[in-house]
Amino acid sequence: MLRSVKGFICRPLKLDHGYALHMAAKDCFSSVVSQDVQTPAEKPRAIFYTNESDPIKTFQEACVMVRKPALELFTYLKNSNFAHPVVRYVIYGERGTGKTMTLCHVVHFCARQGWLVLHIPDAHLWVKNCKELMQSSYNKERLDQPLQASFWLRNFRTTNEHFLKEIKTQQKYVWGKRDSTEQGRPLGEVVEQGLTRVKNASDAVGVVLKEIKQQCCLGSFRVLVAVDGVNALWGRTTLKKEDKSPVSPEELTLVYNLRKMVMNNWSGGAVVTTLSQTGSLFKPSSAHLPHELLGKEGFDALDPFVPILVPNYTEREFESCYHYYLHCRWLQHEKARTEDGKEELRFLSGCNPWQLERLSAPL
Amino acid sequence: MTERNPKEQERDATLRLIYTTTAAWRKNVAASGPEKYTEAFIKKQIEEFDLGKRHLANMMGEDPETFTQEDIDRAIAYLFPSGLFDKRARPMMKHPSEIFPEQRKIQWGEDGRPFHFLFYTGKQSYYSLMHETYEKLLNVQKHQDQLVAQGFSLQKEKKNLVGSRWLTKTELEGMLLEKLSDDDYSRFIRLLEKLMTLPCSDIEENYIKKFSKEIAVQLQKVSTEPLKYDEQGVAFSTGEGVRKTSRATAVVYDNGTGKITVNGIDILRYFPVLQDREQLLFPFQFLDRVGKHDAICTVSGGGRSSQAGAIRLATAKALRSFVTETEVEFMRQAGLLTVDPRVRERKKPGQEGARRKFTWKKR
Repeated sequence: MLRSVKGFICRPLKLDHGYALHMAAKDCFSSVVSQDVQTPAEKPRAIFYTNESDPIKTFQEACVMVRKPALELFTYLKNSNFAHPVVRYVIYGERGTGKTMTLCHVVHFCARQGWLVLHIPDAHLWVKNCKELMQSSYNKERLDQPLQASFWLRNFRTTNEHFLKEIKTQQKYVWGKRDSTEQGRPLGEVVEQGLTRVKNASDAVGVVLKEIKQQCCLGSFRVLVAVDGVNALWGRTTLKKEDKSPVSPEELTLVYNLRKMVMNNWSGGAVVTTLSQTGSLFKPSSAHLPHELLGKEGFDALDPFVPILVPNYTEREFESCYHYYLHCRWLQHEKARTEDGKEELRFLSGCNPWQLERLSAPL
Repeated sequence: MTERNPKEQERDATLRLIYTTTAAWRKNVAASGPEKYTEAFIKKQIEEFDLGKRHLANMMGEDPETFTQEDIDRAIAYLFPSGLFDKRARPMMKHPSEIFPEQRKIQWGEDGRPFHFLFYTGKQSYYSLMHETYEKLLNVQKHQDQLVAQGFSLQKEKKNLVGSRWLTKTELEGMLLEKLSDDDYSRFIRLLEKLMTLPCSDIEENYIKKFSKEIAVQLQKVSTEPLKYDEQGVAFSTGEGVRKTSRATAVVYDNGTGKITVNGIDILRYFPVLQDREQLLFPFQFLDRVGKHDAICTVSGGGRSSQAGAIRLATAKALRSFVTETEVEFMRQAGLLTVDPRVRERKKPGQEGARRKFTWKKR
């Protein structure tokens, strides 16, 4: 099974595109899921179609190469016992080897299977370059990030539409003097509340996460928490308070709530995370092991986890990627079609997916 | 030129000058040319030098008879240590023939009558040389006629002219101690060539040899080392390369996959810039052996570009042993085997950099 599935072509994306991938992909996930409920790992899957921004727009399709790490994860997920506390998987590897793509693949798989997917495309975006920081209304010491929170809520809504109607709140939440959400209302209302009142967006996120965590243990649905760049949650931030003192991650509401989610004190799902050096702050570019990127605190917090290494392309993977580019006529240069061209590409990219993409882009 | 007093001239002349300008009396130093040494002066210098040599030998406690020029140099460097950069500015003691340039000694005697019969042609040594050479020519022709008269056949063996060349104009000028014009020089060379072409010119070979020089045979054949075999029977060879201040050594193994390691680090991580990796690719690509060899390199010094260039040279040199001679010649012509002589140019005083001058201000 593995052998037959391995020969597929991939469209590796850079991190920022990857973000868009998830966003737009989510829009289609739900539609695709409803059309076609087949488990992907069982039979050789054709290239699945999603529409996306550049470069996928050029191809009118998006492809994910089925690689070993993803398949490994699938087997783990299938064989995991959902009564036990949640298992955490950390995908790590060198720069540009395809960790984010693996995560996407897993997300797609779980979406197909009907899980509730909590996907944070890049946790680094929450800890840097934030334009608006407000003091949280709920807890005086913490800081809110209304923009990022509302953005995330919007995407969450589009991806998990039907879940939002099913899950009911279990307690009453008071948003302000006039707004409140009663107990027993669908979660969709909380999300709406967060979106309309942007000030309360981060708290809305917190509420959503809390509810999901509580209800997931009951076993009615499975939850996949997919975080890209999880090392951002325990690193440092570039944000500063008004008195120019640095902000540590715990002081951000979003980060605080997400950390609680990533803990393994609940059951009925899985947590799949990726380490990312590209967006990380204050970390040297050669660091790519979990210990280095997470730091002591993060490592302890995530401690019993299953590490999954994503290596560079193997020979076969490289071949298939090359043939895919040729097939889509991405490589226009005449010399690129020859054997020598292939060897040259192989040498210069060192079988690194990111390098290969960068090299073939101008060709 | 003459040391004659203007007053002496006045005495001899019938017309008496009433008044001459002081300018006429004053010696025109520039026009008199370089200082002329009389023979007696040179002889005296030589005697003093020999005496000084013996004194020096006594001072150093060595045997005066076997005191060579090298010993003199060492002794002087010991007795008069100097920190000057230019070697020619340091104290030296050499034979007068090396110090005083060879010059035309005064060509006329006390009575003012020149010694040489061709003095008044202006180019006495040149014309005397031409006369001599023509004399030799006539000699050879006479000998030839004699042989013909006696009935011997005339054969001309082709002498190997490849390894020798005639003296250049400057060398001839140095030999004759007088200036020549291009015309004169070419006439002389034509005469010599004519002499060479005659069958019996072997008689005057000694004379001709005075005017020819041997060209140093170029060391073209740099022998390529044979392949060495390590424990598993895999062939390998080493090469060294330099560029600017970098020094690199490369060991290239056969039966490889195209993996290259630099200082224990993969090239993809050691040279993140594409340009450096292209430099490394070049020798392999030139020989169409891109994925066939493994290489392990060590490099130190310099910056990233010069390290890349040094490794390129080292791998090219190592690849020589794997490849036929014609291909080695191709590599040499492609410039893969030549050491790049460019180094950083020194900054000069009065300029801002090596070439850049200070901003020119009109006032």
